[in-house]
Amino acid sequence: MNRLQKALLEMSELDRLTAMDSPVHRLSPLAKLLVTIVYIVVTVSFGKYDLSRLVVMVLYPVLAFSLSGIPVSTCFYKLRIAIPLVIFVGLFNPLFDKAPLLHIGNVAVSGGVVSMLTLVLKGIFSLMASFILVATTPIDRICAALRKLHVPSMLVTLLLLTFRYAGVMMQEAAVMSDAYRLRAPGQKGVHISAWGSFTGQLLLRSMDRAERLYASMQLRGFRGEFDYAGPVPFTLRDAIFLIVCAAVFILFRTVDIAALIGGLFVR
Amino acid sequence: MIEFRNVSFSYDKERQVLKGVSFSIGEGESVGLIGANGAGKSTIMKLLLGLLEPTDGSVLVKGTPVSKSSLAEVRRTLGFVLQDSDDQMFMPKVADDMMFAPLNYGLPRNEAEARVDEVLARLGIQDLKERYNHRISGGEKRMAAIATILVMQPEAILMDEPTSALDPFNRRMIINTVKDLKQTKLIASHDLDMILDTCSRVILLSGGEIAADGPADAILRDRALLEANRMELPLSLALQV
Repeated sequence: MNRLQKALLEMSELDRLTAMDSPVHRLSPLAKLLVTIVYIVVTVSFGKYDLSRLVVMVLYPVLAFSLSGIPVSTCFYKLRIAIPLVIFVGLFNPLFDKAPLLHIGNVAVSGGVVSMLTLVLKGIFSLMASFILVATTPIDRICAALRKLHVPSMLVTLLLLTFRYAGVMMQEAAVMSDAYRLRAPGQKGVHISAWGSFTGQLLLRSMDRAERLYASMQLRGFRGEFDYAGPVPFTLRDAIFLIVCAAVFILFRTVDIAALIGGLFVR
Repeated sequence: MIEFRNVSFSYDKERQVLKGVSFSIGEGESVGLIGANGAGKSTIMKLLLGLLEPTDGSVLVKGTPVSKSSLAEVRRTLGFVLQDSDDQMFMPKVADDMMFAPLNYGLPRNEAEARVDEVLARLGIQDLKERYNHRISGGEKRMAAIATILVMQPEAILMDEPTSALDPFNRRMIINTVKDLKQTKLIASHDLDMILDTCSRVILLSGGEIAADGPADAILRDRALLEANRMELPLSLALQV
């Protein structure tokens, strides 16, 4: 099995997760989408030195993971490529901001280190919340919710088709890669000299497929507007979930919960 | 139902794909379109569906010339099952894909859902309804692709290589399904055994022209004719000889 085939298997793992049943899975896709958006907006709005205030935001993903029955480790495994990128973004902060911001015992911690940690946590929390959404909601339901929020049809269709065809394209790439390896024994991966023709071939195949796909849509009456798997239910329970979550996030943003709790112990 | 009047087509000046092709297909007929690779089978399908325009001659569906103004009606009349089901099944789930055409044609959701259930039951594939398109097997995908077309309730069904790349069981299932369809059928295929099984008439294309047009039983038994056109006797007939 080559790496592309392994990636394909991993992609299908998401289907298994969305097919599970839990209180989180049963929530309306619209409510989950809105909560995720509010969560990400609130999380990224924290100041660069607000590390202690930001930490409490971990409660939402942790709670959501435990209620959904999806292990947190699955999330970190799936996001193993994205997380280093998030860490990389904040890596240079300590070099530019060396002024001491606080002391832990005798050790001075610079503003750069605190802002780096804040940035990394913001990224990781946002990724975790997004993962909870996609792991508990099928893609067609997310698309239906996006349309409900009046996200342009073209963007939503693109998302839907990307999800559907990413696997097909990876399958084609995997077959091409196998064909290449069978005629290039002893070589690790595709040699740099063949990258051009390899990707070119893949691009041509994608264009051909796109043409056939569009023809198939036209032949079934497509006029530029998709119907995204019907109505999106939104019950009282969903409304309560949305309001409570949004209120708690805003509370975390405006009140320094960590300092309040710390204050109780210091007194 | 379908008529080609002296139709020619070329992608460029050097290579003419169809040369003055004329034939007509009556309502309820089941016609096999056979010929070697590049003979013009797919081009005929595309011209019929208005995906290509003839360079000469005219294509008519139910007496109406296929043109930009009649495209919507023509495409509502003809259902096309593509060779690669992955090109046809673009929605995440089978049910969503089946709903696509009826909703596009303005059917209320509850009526579309009823139609989906009826077609799935008729084909005996109710278990596929909530399955993801990328998780079902090739044979299931082909059955689902046929279902996405039947749900449109077309008057004629066009099929491009409906049995390619299927195992014997799934191939037989597709053949039985095709035989049961009451609509007018035009099936392009290299699977001559399947054509013999499902079609009463055959049009043999060669180099963009009609080399033979007649009863399937007669044409598919004519070894000399088939071999002259880069084909061979269907296996079931070859074994009898």
